[in-house]
Order: sequence, then structure tokens, then C-alpha cells
Amino acid sequence: MNWEIIVKYLPKLLEGAWLTLELVAIAVLAGLILALPMGIARASRHWYVRALPYGYIFFFRGTPLLVQLFLVYYGVAQFDVVRQGPLWPYLRDPYWCAILTMTLHTAAYIAEILRGAIQAVPPGEIEAARALGMSRAQAMFYIILPRAARIGLPAYSNEVILMLKASALASTVTLLELTGMSRTIIARTYLPVEIFFAAGIFYLVIAYVMVRAFKLLERRLRVDACQGR
Amino acid sequence: MIFDLHGFGPALLAGALMTIKLALCALSLGLVLGLLGALAKTSPYKPLQWLGGSYSTLVRGVPELLWVLLIYFGTVNLMRSIGEALGQPDLALNAFAAGTIALGLCFGAYATEVFRGAILAIPKGHREAGQALGLSVPRIFWRLILPQMWRIALPGLGNLFMILMKDTALVSVIGLEEIMRRAQIAVTASKEPFTFFLVAAFIYLGLTIFAMIGMHFLEKRASRGFVRSAS
Repeated sequence: MNWEIIVKYLPKLLEGAWLTLELVAIAVLAGLILALPMGIARASRHWYVRALPYGYIFFFRGTPLLVQLFLVYYGVAQFDVVRQGPLWPYLRDPYWCAILTMTLHTAAYIAEILRGAIQAVPPGEIEAARALGMSRAQAMFYIILPRAARIGLPAYSNEVILMLKASALASTVTLLELTGMSRTIIARTYLPVEIFFAAGIFYLVIAYVMVRAFKLLERRLRVDACQGR
Repeated sequence: MIFDLHGFGPALLAGALMTIKLALCALSLGLVLGLLGALAKTSPYKPLQWLGGSYSTLVRGVPELLWVLLIYFGTVNLMRSIGEALGQPDLALNAFAAGTIALGLCFGAYATEVFRGAILAIPKGHREAGQALGLSVPRIFWRLILPQMWRIALPGLGNLFMILMKDTALVSVIGLEEIMRRAQIAVTASKEPFTFFLVAAFIYLGLTIFAMIGMHFLEKRASRGFVRSAS
């Protein structure tokens, strides 16, 4: 093991780790916002409301993230409309493509988590809210969603960790996040074991910190107290 | 055909076949690793528990892509020294072997947890009954625990297999000629990236649906004789 090389390239790896964190943070937050209406629609009683988010979720969960990433990064350039459109400067940029794809991808998973959480809210609580004279929308915002947020939080933290690992795929569209940075360093040093080892440690540390942070959040939101139904 | 494939249809199908082969090989390796991991984690010996625990934690905390790259590029020197010892200086892992090992390793780490849950879900009395009958420890596992474990572990393993099938796309990064790689080759020739990547996406969707149907039948078979609980 050549430790000096790891130490020498540590700043570069840190830079990559920062980009990884940035990608994951934006994707899981934007994905959550996108997933909210989708998860609510997915839990609807009417089939025509459920159908559209179901199709979306089925596509994004049934295909690899790599395919989705290539569809966005390489694929959309096939259409002249896109290339002449106002969004082209963004769709040409691997950074925005990665963020867009990861957001769309994780939104499908989060929507499914949300659906499960909404359906796990005890019906008695919803009936109680309605009996107190709340409208459907009020019951949704004051009772169902806050309750579902606590039920779904552990699954959401899993999804964040999965996205942390999925962000390594951004290296395939030339982004220099942790994996991409490691690959460029290896192209220069020819020391794959050392550099990938260091990158692996970085991922482990980030995942560990995230798990701890979510545990703290769960305690703050009193998730265990809500689980006892 | 809605899509004009420019004659790349058979190549994509060959890629799909390669994907299936890779997924099945990785599945076999992963099941063995998962079973060993779960046995280690539930064993009464501390070092074994520690080994199983650190296997599943370490592997699950690192991206699959990194494992694929690490095993493909990182084993070059190791394989060369093994090859020299065996008298074959240019011994190296090919993309298929590296992909199988990497994906099997990742599958095994998750399967460790699934199997562990299944082992713990089997009532203690069954094991004690085996002991009372004078069965040896391996025999208790083989004849009592394992057949019952399948039923409990199957839904979890099914989910993991779907994830594994999608992760096979990662092996295209090290050049294995599976669906993604074939699609990329078709794209360079035809300059129609959207068409071919969309076709690739649909092939994966088809494989996923196929796997879902297969899992349904397996689960039905595994739970024969059991009444579905009312929920």
C-alpha cells in the first residue's frame, strides 16, 4: 500500500467528495419535492389519478439509472428541437444532466415510500380529523402528511444512502465526483487499489455520518413514539 | 417495429442474453456469499459474527460501480503474481468474471441481511426439536432451517435480484458486451442515442417484468401449504 500517494491526492479526493455531496443533496431534496404530489396521487382511491404516477414510477424503478442518465445526457441531443431550445445550455452540461436524472430517479423511489407511508397512517386518525370538521385538504396537510413523514423517514434515509452510492454513476458522464476523480487520479498514477480504497473509505465515512444524522433527526421528530400503533 | 434499429436488433438481443447470464452468475455467487454471511452473523462465535457484520457493512457502504472498477482494475497486479506462480504470466480477470465477482459481492452483502432475518424468524423450538432428535448441527441447518428459510427470504431476495439485474448495466463501464455496451456501440454507428438507449431501457423493463412473474411463481410454490394471513 502506497500511503503517500493517498495523502498527496487527498485534497483532490475531498474536492470530489464535495461534488458527490452536492449532487446527492440536491437530488434527494428536489426528488422529495417532486415526489410529494406523486406519492399523494399514487395513494389515491381513483385509478385514473393513480395511473400516471404508477407509470412514471414503474419506468424509473424498472430501468437502470445508467440508462436514464445516458438517455438524458446523450439521448436528448438527438432532437433538433431540444438543441435549439432555451434549455440546451443546461442539457448540454453533465452537471445538470446528472442532477436532473438523479432527481427524476430518486423521486420515483421516494414517491413509492410516501405512498406506503400515507397508506400506513391509521385510518382512525384520518377519520378523527374528518370528524373534527377538517376538510380533506386540511386532514392531508395537518394529519396525514406529518404522520406519514415520520413513518416514511427511516425508508427515506435508506434512499438517501442508495443515492449516495448511485451518484458514482455521474462519473460515466465525465463528472469529477468522488469516483470520477479517483479514475482521473488513477489514469495519472496507475495505482488503482490505493485510490479506490481511499475513495471507498470516503463513501463509508459519508454514509456513516448520514446514518447518524438521520438517527438524530428521527429522535428529534420522535419517530419511535409514533411507530407504536 | 416502431423503432428503426438499423440492423442492430440481433446485437442488442445478444447483449440481453449476456446481461441475463451475468445476472444469473452473480446471483449464484451472491446467494452463497449471503448464506455464508448470514451463518457467520448468527453464529455463536464472536470473530465470525464480526466477520459477517463487517462484510455486509463494508460492502453495502461503497458504491457498486466502485466495486466493479476496483475488482477489474485493482486485481491486475494480484492476478499477474498468481499467474506467474502458476506459470501463466498473462493471467487476468476478464470483464465477465470481474462483473460477476463485484455484483455477487454486493448481492451477497444485502442477502446476508435478508437471510439473517429469515434465520431469526424461524422459531427456536424447531432447532431444539432437531437437537432433541439427536441431529447434528449441519444436519439441523440443512434439513430444518434451510428449507424453511427460503419461504421467508424469497420476497427479499426477489427485490435484491431486481436491483442486481439493473446493476448489471454498470459492467458496461469495463467493456462487457451486455445491453448497455451494445446500445453504446449502436449509438456511435447510427448517431441516434435516444432511440437506442430507450430500446435498452425497454429491454431492462421487459427483463424486470419477466423476473417479477418468475418471482410470483416461486413465491407461490414456496408458500404452498401455508395459509395467507389476513392482511
